[in-house]
Amino acid sequence: MGRFSTEALPSGLLNWVAVWRRNFLAWKKVAPASLLGNLADPMIYIFGLGSGLGVMLGNVGGVSYSAFLAAGMVATSAMTASTFETIYATFARMRDHRTWEAMLYTKLTLGDIVLGEMAWAATKASIAGTAIGIVTATLAYSEWDSLIYVLPVIALTGLAFASLSMVVAALAPSYDYLVFYQSLVITPMLVLSGSVFPVDQLPPMLQRITHLLPLAHSIDLIRPAMLGHPVPDITLHLGALCLYIVLPFFVSIALLRRRLTQ
Amino acid sequence: MGENMEREKLRPKTISTDRNSASARSNPEREIKTGHLEPEPNSAPTMAIDLQAVTMIYREKTVVDSLSFGVKAGECFGLLGPNGAGKSTITRMLLGMATPSAGKISVLGLPVPGKARLARAGIGVVSQFDNLDMEFTVRENLLVFGRYFQMSTGAIEELIPSLLEFAQLEAKADVRVSDLSGGMKRRLTLARALVNDPQLLILDEPTTGLDPPARHQIWERLRSLLIRGKTILLTTHMMDEAERMCDRLCVLEGGRMIAEGPPLSLIKDIIGCPVIEVYGGNPDEISLIVRPHVERIEISGETLFCYTVNSDQVRAKLREFPGLRLLERPANLEDVFLRLTGREMEK
Repeated sequence: MGRFSTEALPSGLLNWVAVWRRNFLAWKKVAPASLLGNLADPMIYIFGLGSGLGVMLGNVGGVSYSAFLAAGMVATSAMTASTFETIYATFARMRDHRTWEAMLYTKLTLGDIVLGEMAWAATKASIAGTAIGIVTATLAYSEWDSLIYVLPVIALTGLAFASLSMVVAALAPSYDYLVFYQSLVITPMLVLSGSVFPVDQLPPMLQRITHLLPLAHSIDLIRPAMLGHPVPDITLHLGALCLYIVLPFFVSIALLRRRLTQ
Repeated sequence: MGENMEREKLRPKTISTDRNSASARSNPEREIKTGHLEPEPNSAPTMAIDLQAVTMIYREKTVVDSLSFGVKAGECFGLLGPNGAGKSTITRMLLGMATPSAGKISVLGLPVPGKARLARAGIGVVSQFDNLDMEFTVRENLLVFGRYFQMSTGAIEELIPSLLEFAQLEAKADVRVSDLSGGMKRRLTLARALVNDPQLLILDEPTTGLDPPARHQIWERLRSLLIRGKTILLTTHMMDEAERMCDRLCVLEGGRMIAEGPPLSLIKDIIGCPVIEVYGGNPDEISLIVRPHVERIEISGETLFCYTVNSDQVRAKLREFPGLRLLERPANLEDVFLRLTGREMEK
């Protein structure tokens, strides 16, 4: 265990920044395409579902369906941006491109690398979430000043899903298993967490599951804020998100250590 | 003797590929050193690497078996063995990327894996597989890697021109790595390994997959590093590389050390005479005839190896067999391996 703490955990407060900067440099080279990729999906939901279903549904909880949906999409885009970055790009750097191997020759530890990758995934989530936030504010679905409050929640959401996805990446033997995670965990979470329709429409048993999902906590923080309502149970939701960041982080490090150092 | 001839052949090539004439001129000095003279008595050598009874068991298979060796500061030490001999596992253990099942490892005076991170601050690594950032330029690769050692951008940028010069990649600074040749990539990996000014270089099969001119270029670069006083641990399955580069080496098979010493001494002690390789014909039949005239005979597949000081006599005997092809050469590490294991090293 002594070895575990020195060699696997982060070696310093900010040593992970070098990993983040590496990923940022790579991203800058493909930024326009990457941004388009991050934005296209949630935009299609907002304009497609919003205009189609919006007409049928009218108001949801006192606001237009498009405004309801847009707030859900801010959280969802953070989830998907962070998840995809981790299970595909990070996985490739860890396994196929041997980028992590080169990093492990240096003063970086596995903990520094994982932290740097998670911070980068959270950055991409923040870019995607903020971009959607700006669009919804421009369309007057939300208040401009709510973005300042929402941004840290987007970042936390990004970190939570990066942390969870890191566990999946640590366990997955190949890309096929990552697709399972996407279709069996991420997509159901999108449906159950209240991003496209209110959670109280679900049967009570499913609602109980919803309370456990990180995306639901993220939406419960983001939506009321964006719609200008008071946010109930802030501490509970923030605590839940933090738990989803910290616990999988340590689990993933233990798993990755086993996978990479043998 | 064989090595001296090798070196004579090599020297003009080295100079012709070397743009840094100062280091080329100093190469002969280095060659005296690689002539396996005893180290000067007043230079008390400190150990750069020390392995004591290191065993690594992975999935119930013993990959490294009670291995002990030491690498002195300033020398080039080779781990020579076929694929699967445990060479890469040893390098991973030295870096703290694998934990030995038993035994003690110390690198640059630090216990590993306990203080591996600290040890790595003084180590440069070139791995068997390219792990450069393909989408980055040559310069960006050096910059990004330096940051992993917590170096400031300014400090790395100051170093980059000398690293580019070392790698002979000045003209390629802003070219993407994916557009470089194999030899250029490997030279960049070597330059990248120097970004933290390491005392010790760990090179895992550094010239595997390169064509001969590119290999010579890498060897020449490695010699210039030894002149600068760096310590090198070189793993290889290539006998000529081990013989050319290493002051001392350890021959591995199945995770066990089967011989250790300077290459020339190993060849002299274990073989001690030239070799005639015989191709064609029935090796068993031929061996019956020539056996009385040779020191020793080894048969590997269809090839017969006759170790003899009386080559003329043996050649005369072999003329009795029509259609044979003969190759007479000085003994080398390949023969040592064949002698010790009874089989040729897999290429």
